[in-house]
Amino acid sequence: MRCGHGGRSPAYFAGLVQTGMSWLSKVRKSLSSLAKRDTPDNLWMKCPNCGEMLFSRDFEANLSVCPRCGHHGRIGAKARFDQILDPGYAVLASPKVAENPLNFRDTKKYADRLKAARAANPYPDALTHAFGTIGGAKAVLGVQDFAFMGGSMGMAVGEAFVAGAGRALAENCGYVICTAAGGARMQEGILSLMQMPKTTVATRRLAAAGLPYIVVLTDPTTGGVTASYAMLGDVHIAEPGALIGFAGQRVIQDTIREKLPDGFQRAEYLHAHGMVDMVVHRQDLKGTLAMLLGYLERKEVA
Amino acid sequence: MNSFLDFEKPIAALEARIAELRATASDSALDIGGEIAKLEKKSAGMLAATYARLTPWQKTQVARHPLRPHFLDYVRLAFTDFMPLGGDRRYGEDAAIIGGLALLGDRKVMLIGHEKGHDTASRIRHNFGMGKPEGYRKAIRLMEMASKFGLPVVTLVDTSGAFPGIEAEERGQAEAIARSTEACLALKVPMVAAIVGEGGSGGAVALASANRVLMLEHAVYSVISPEGASSILWRTADKAADAATAMKVTAQDLLDLAVIDAIVPEPMGGAHRDPAQAARALADALADALASLEGGSPADLVRQREERFLAIGSL
Repeated sequence: MRCGHGGRSPAYFAGLVQTGMSWLSKVRKSLSSLAKRDTPDNLWMKCPNCGEMLFSRDFEANLSVCPRCGHHGRIGAKARFDQILDPGYAVLASPKVAENPLNFRDTKKYADRLKAARAANPYPDALTHAFGTIGGAKAVLGVQDFAFMGGSMGMAVGEAFVAGAGRALAENCGYVICTAAGGARMQEGILSLMQMPKTTVATRRLAAAGLPYIVVLTDPTTGGVTASYAMLGDVHIAEPGALIGFAGQRVIQDTIREKLPDGFQRAEYLHAHGMVDMVVHRQDLKGTLAMLLGYLERKEVA
Repeated sequence: MNSFLDFEKPIAALEARIAELRATASDSALDIGGEIAKLEKKSAGMLAATYARLTPWQKTQVARHPLRPHFLDYVRLAFTDFMPLGGDRRYGEDAAIIGGLALLGDRKVMLIGHEKGHDTASRIRHNFGMGKPEGYRKAIRLMEMASKFGLPVVTLVDTSGAFPGIEAEERGQAEAIARSTEACLALKVPMVAAIVGEGGSGGAVALASANRVLMLEHAVYSVISPEGASSILWRTADKAADAATAMKVTAQDLLDLAVIDAIVPEPMGGAHRDPAQAARALADALADALASLEGGSPADLVRQREERFLAIGSL
């Protein structure tokens, strides 16, 4: 089950599908008869950790965990909902927010980046919620999707978090969030930074109501997301091998000019340093959450 | 005496000329007092014109000016009877974040802030104002103490960001920042934060989730440094000026965005040209903000703070 990522950067993992397919694309292009056929582009993939060639369908059936080395791949909201919630859950509408208030542009307009991210993803921003049950226990589940602009926390994510926690308060049930983000969404400037206190208002309300707030830290969870709601759970669960930290590794290396220790900022490292309660394999995640929610269930005061 | 920034070069040249004339005047019989006065007037005019239209990147440089007053200068110039309190009771004492009891006029307050240091030795001692987990945990301890004894909390924010280091990560930098933000929001007493220099990202917001947020006229406050944004978004090191403009880091922009509540005016040419005057303006603004929060119940104070941050991004 153990898997190490070595020193590879998150960007390396993000590119896994394309990397795995390049040789196949080349073969297809050289065979003109094949090129015209409607072959799914992602039939095969290469595990970014061990290099094993895998049938994409088998990989997905195995919860997007490499059957050979146990590498936990990144997954989106829909897959998470299906893996964790019991059938019959309802996806919650994403709240609307003021969009692009800074009219930001770097090498591209933020408005265009947002449009492209929406075209490539099923949900309108990086954090999506569903309400349902986990092994019979009522819960709101939020999933942050790294595929949507690196999961970054802007106003839409902050507002969605507050709405998700609000739904848990209304349902008097637990709130579970799977985090994944490079950090705050820089294109929203200071307004993204302000989501740190904003989301913390919501975690405080859950605590005041005595409702369990459980954080599942997935690969990667860094920056302002880690330094706000991702570190304020009653229980912190991390997925094996997930990169979790505050500062980026390059920034740390540039500051201290020392080699980073093996496994630095990985889930197991955080567990050893007391920052997470447990490292849980994806196949055991649903059962662990159900058990926790059972233990921490809100008791009616007589 | 003064240390001029790049964009102040014409002013620096003029000041040098004035100094030269003064030296000549003292050992010559010629009366050049009139000429000096004319040049001084011209120099003051250039300074006023330059500072009236600083770009966001120039403001960033002013906010980081080596002679800009820092926490300990304001302690000396804007407060009295400061009694520092040390340690987080868990790991250590972090000199990048200083806190203690102080008088602002005749108000007793809990005063907390980042200290960057003013020369090589003190900059190293204060770790350039980059707090470690123990610094944020000390801030939490002091905020909780303030809540217990009914003392309003005043914070002076001046950091390029929380320290990025191996040990800081191991001791839970992210958790310490998150808990410090949470401690601000939980306060049953008034809290006023002032961004006096650089408000750098999570390391700043952890001490600035307050009822009222003030900013000095040439301070900056942002989610990432302009250099960091340049390197990540533009993938080059030389777009910091563009990044500073695009991110809207100035007090004037942040007032428009309702992220801050008021701008504290600085002396002509920036706080470093007259720290005492800067400190007087800061003390007045802090006292006004605290006065506006007096009389509210603890529940009102918590609610006002919550609504302030919930409103950011809501339609």
